[in-house]
Amino acid sequence: MDDFLWRALAAGVGVALVAGPFGSFVIWRRMAYFGDTLAHASLLGVALGFVLHVNLAFGVFCVCAGVALLLLAMQRRKRLPGDAILGILSHGALSLGLVTVAFLETLRVDLVSYLFGDVLAVTRSDLIWIYAGGLCALGALFVLWKPLLAMTVHEDLARVEGVRVDLVQTAFVLLLAMVVALMMKVVGMLLITALLIIPAAAARRFARAPESMAAAAALLGCVAVGAGLWGSLRWDTPAGPSVVVAASLIFALSEAVPVRR
Amino acid sequence: MIHWRISHVGVGTMRAHSGGGIFTTRPASADAGHKGSGRALLSLRGVTATLGTAKVIDNVDIAVSAGEIVTLIGPNGAGKTTLLRLALGLLIPDQGEIRRESGLRIGYMPQRLTVDPALPLTVRRFLALATTDTGRRVEASLERVGAARTLHTPIQSISGGEMQRVLLARALLRDPELLVLDEPSQGVDLAGQEELFALITGIRDERGCGVLMVSHDLHLVMSSTDRVVCLNRTVCCTGAPLTVSSDPAYLRLFPATLPGFALYAHRHENGVACRAGDRHDG
Repeated sequence: MDDFLWRALAAGVGVALVAGPFGSFVIWRRMAYFGDTLAHASLLGVALGFVLHVNLAFGVFCVCAGVALLLLAMQRRKRLPGDAILGILSHGALSLGLVTVAFLETLRVDLVSYLFGDVLAVTRSDLIWIYAGGLCALGALFVLWKPLLAMTVHEDLARVEGVRVDLVQTAFVLLLAMVVALMMKVVGMLLITALLIIPAAAARRFARAPESMAAAAALLGCVAVGAGLWGSLRWDTPAGPSVVVAASLIFALSEAVPVRR
Repeated sequence: MIHWRISHVGVGTMRAHSGGGIFTTRPASADAGHKGSGRALLSLRGVTATLGTAKVIDNVDIAVSAGEIVTLIGPNGAGKTTLLRLALGLLIPDQGEIRRESGLRIGYMPQRLTVDPALPLTVRRFLALATTDTGRRVEASLERVGAARTLHTPIQSISGGEMQRVLLARALLRDPELLVLDEPSQGVDLAGQEELFALITGIRDERGCGVLMVSHDLHLVMSSTDRVVCLNRTVCCTGAPLTVSSDPAYLRLFPATLPGFALYAHRHENGVACRAGDRHDG
């Protein structure tokens, strides 16, 4: 097996390990569309990173973090329903990204690789970003785990019990922005949410505790990455979508398997 | 127009008497001072709150002392839950003053709690979210409320009555000095309701904690509370249950609910204000 394949596998596994726990929270907190909005905003991050000559993942993180904070601020004002706000920011940011990309000759050529990911082109420095960033994100999530879980169950109850809800929520969406930035190169912006929520959804049926669901989601994500990359090699299909197809098949299987409760 | 306001009178030392406590109702101009020996855990003075553009709480005074059970009753939309949220600090009043004893530990039982089926959570884990010690204390508090057998059950599959007990157990895990309960008997059958109120009274007796609760079950409230506050945006009347139940303002809000008279209450649902001289026509 060639070097680039090992790197692809390592990148995919790294991303899946991070996506499992975060994806579980995205499901529990009903934030799938929120994740999608961050993913859509990431194209603008790529474009700006390119213009300003900074690391593209860093550019994506900055733009996603900005969009996430803007979302929170708009949601707290409660003038519009949450999904309408998401729709506005999601498509606003995506279109702004596409328009910016149109000005950048080199980027326009590569557009497809940003939309659908280019895991086979992962470099050594990408790997370092994924693992260092992923470890930080998981570490922070570990610290936030209990308060975040408490406010996911009932926000007011958590607040009365002393959870600093606004602080924890802000920290969580910033971490999510970071995870989106890490995942973009591997699955592409259009499929980030898929890799977040599909393994977690498949894990639900086998879990009796939140932690076991998060762990199972990470594991199933790794299996999906392995199977997807193998299929991509075997049938010469695009890597990112193949991984998501594999994850979807795992989800379908999990629904079909009878589980003893 | 005459508004009746609460006068704060501590009844903490009198909790052994059923429905015990001194009470008075006085016109608004009277000084609402605190007498008696029970220490005030929580007091609201002249509190006004608006949700959107609607004034839902208007110039309300209320106080809860240690060892005292205070029950808020009132028609739908009277602002009962809003008042609890103000007391808990979840909502900031537009006017007025809310005082909590410093470092007050509050056990809160929300009106409704449904856990998303996507989140795998047993009752044990649900309770453990409220505390740093696990294991024995969680089990003990669940035993205290009589729901020990639900310990390892997924929280989504317990019954409504069990859920209320589990929520009470979670409030107890905070080792509360004040319990704030929003319709604790919701979704519980009649026999279960009586048990639940007996449980709340028993917990108050054991711990000497104050209890502030909202209830719809008038006939049950009457037997298990020290002080009733009849709320309809503003405080209509307040005092010991028996006295309140014969207050004209109360009878206007809840006609034909004298103790032992009717099990079903006919209630105003249109949020009429309590005005002296109004005739009940519905």
